[in-house]
Amino acid sequence: MALPVYASPLERIWHYTYIAICVAIFTFLIAPILIVIPLSFNAEPYFTFTEKMLSFDPEGYSLRWYDILLTFGMTAPDAPRGASWWMDVWNNATWVRAAKNSVIIGVSSTIVATVLGTIAALGLSRPEMPYRRAIMAILISPMIVPIIITATGLFFFYSATGLAGSYVGVVLAHATLGIPFVIITVTATLIGFDRSLTRAAASLGADPTTTFFKVTMPLILPGVISGALFAFVTSFDEVVVVLFVAAHDQQTIPRQMWNGIREQISPAIMSVATILVIVSVALLATVEILRRRSEKLRGVTSS
Amino acid sequence: MADATADLAGASPAKLTTADGRPLKSALARAQAKARRRAFLLVLPLLLFIVLTFILPIGQMLHRSIFNDGFAANMPQLTQWFVDNPVGTEPDESAYAALAADLKSAAEAKTIGVVGTRVNYEMSGTRSLFTSTGRKAKNFEPPYMQAVLEADDKWADPQLWGTMRQVSDAYTANFFLAAVDLARDTEGKIVQAPEDRRVYVMLFERTFLIAGLITFLCLLLGFPIAHLLATLPLRYSNLLMILVLLPFWTSLLVRTTSWIVLLQGQGVVNNTLVATGILTDDTRIQMIYNQMGTIIAMTHILLPFMILPLYSVMRPIPPSYVRAARSLGASSWTAFRRIYLPQTLPGIGAGALLVFILGVGYYITPALVGGASGQLISNLIAFHMQDSLNWSLAAAIAAVLLAAVLVLYWLYDRLIGIDNLKLG
Repeated sequence: MALPVYASPLERIWHYTYIAICVAIFTFLIAPILIVIPLSFNAEPYFTFTEKMLSFDPEGYSLRWYDILLTFGMTAPDAPRGASWWMDVWNNATWVRAAKNSVIIGVSSTIVATVLGTIAALGLSRPEMPYRRAIMAILISPMIVPIIITATGLFFFYSATGLAGSYVGVVLAHATLGIPFVIITVTATLIGFDRSLTRAAASLGADPTTTFFKVTMPLILPGVISGALFAFVTSFDEVVVVLFVAAHDQQTIPRQMWNGIREQISPAIMSVATILVIVSVALLATVEILRRRSEKLRGVTSS
Repeated sequence: MADATADLAGASPAKLTTADGRPLKSALARAQAKARRRAFLLVLPLLLFIVLTFILPIGQMLHRSIFNDGFAANMPQLTQWFVDNPVGTEPDESAYAALAADLKSAAEAKTIGVVGTRVNYEMSGTRSLFTSTGRKAKNFEPPYMQAVLEADDKWADPQLWGTMRQVSDAYTANFFLAAVDLARDTEGKIVQAPEDRRVYVMLFERTFLIAGLITFLCLLLGFPIAHLLATLPLRYSNLLMILVLLPFWTSLLVRTTSWIVLLQGQGVVNNTLVATGILTDDTRIQMIYNQMGTIIAMTHILLPFMILPLYSVMRPIPPSYVRAARSLGASSWTAFRRIYLPQTLPGIGAGALLVFILGVGYYITPALVGGASGQLISNLIAFHMQDSLNWSLAAAIAAVLLAAVLVLYWLYDRLIGIDNLKLG
């Protein structure tokens, strides 16, 4: 990107304008995500920076909205904060219960999506796979079909089969939505996979199961884990299917946020948002590390 | 296969056989069929899973868009009368007897509202007629024609009988007609819906326009970023890539919340503009809960889907091509337009199609920040599912949207190939 020495003045001007444009676009991308973090520490119930915040007056900042995440929905929020208070939080606080539901649904659907998706990706990446293109198109389609159509279809289907309002129904639906991501990441990992390794294992007497667990699996594991994280995030962030098929008391974090935004938006939403941003930073870092490890393992040198 | 080829050397070229005496050709075919079967068996569990939890529910929904037995199931005798008597038969005593019996049983089973709603879809104002006559039906005495007409003389309306005949057939294309602002008149001819009820075509148009505009904005914003990332040395571009991937990994609801916080009347952007003197307190711009809010938030959310395919196409383009063009006398603009841009076309196509497909079906963001003018067709499907409860119409609109998305998806597969989809 360096400016060549022979650049004309006009080109120099354009070069710096271009960099300015790029900085502006990066700001557009990242600023909305970072803005919620300082605002979540607002001492006032406003959605903008107060004068006290701008002058960095400690009084302008507080943890009250994080405290509300714990106390909202508790039976005795004003009781002294001891072991029994924390038990109350764990059992009754609305956001804590939503988080527990989200994690249960997310983990279960991730397991289903990852196991089925990885096995299928192994088959799909074999050269002799018949009708690969058509089958691949079907398996990726949950990502492409508008979520409202999927939710509508599932609503009718679950009402007819009695899965409506059950954990199983939500988990199956979220697994379906996560599967395309697992397929995409695992097949991408398998593209650079050296098939002579499995043949070598077979010629040394290993049966297919041993070959899979001792040779194939360690090599594709980074891709599998990235796919699983994608599937987990998909489920953890999904609200439309939950709104359509889950029971009323099956609150998840996104559903609780959805209700919060639609009814009366409170700064507590921003403290949840901040926590979720931190979670996504952690997930992104994990995926980045895994991708580099996978490239190293497969001997792909990045140019 | 390996042992088959090993035996090749010893066998005569006319009869190639394997060690156990089978012809090589059939042995090879058998081995290949086995390998194909194995590969297919690995995919089979997932395929069945997707068919069961995804294809089947959507198929069932599509069925519902052409099938509604709200009338036929609850008014069996009158439905039978319509089957027995051809179109144009004046409703006689037997028809009214069937009507009275059906109204009575439907009122007892509390399904009279379902029947009324079904007829009401085709002819407004009839729901109350069914429920009110249904309440009186238990006291009806023969002759039924007189009894029913005494209860309400609207039952003599030939248009009502024409509509009831139409809806007595559970299979109907009327919901699809309604989804594209058409309707059937009493003679069964297809006509335009009354002007005040024509909303669906307008909403489809708006959805496609907004999705197109968002695609264009994403391309406009994504192209410079992807170009910068593709030309920087990898250690810097990997770092900057995090700025693209972080929004991609952040919850949709978090990003939508942020935009509400930024753009609302008392939000950060308006406050900053007022504080710097660009705006005064009464000229604050309404940037959210309208079309503008939908466009800004959706552009932000879909931008990574444009940048990532563009980047993966731009990265391998050798910089020497542009340099060669420059050294042959092309200006930097000509070199960009004639040499660089054509090479990025696959990326532009992939990104634009992906963003457009995802944009057309968007629901959450327009529902939260769209206000009235920023609602898309998905929001209308949700409205019919949750509020008006006209499920067949919701299914028909969904079917039209699904058809549009599938055409685009097919195009994507033909042009780019679905296995070239990359995430991060």
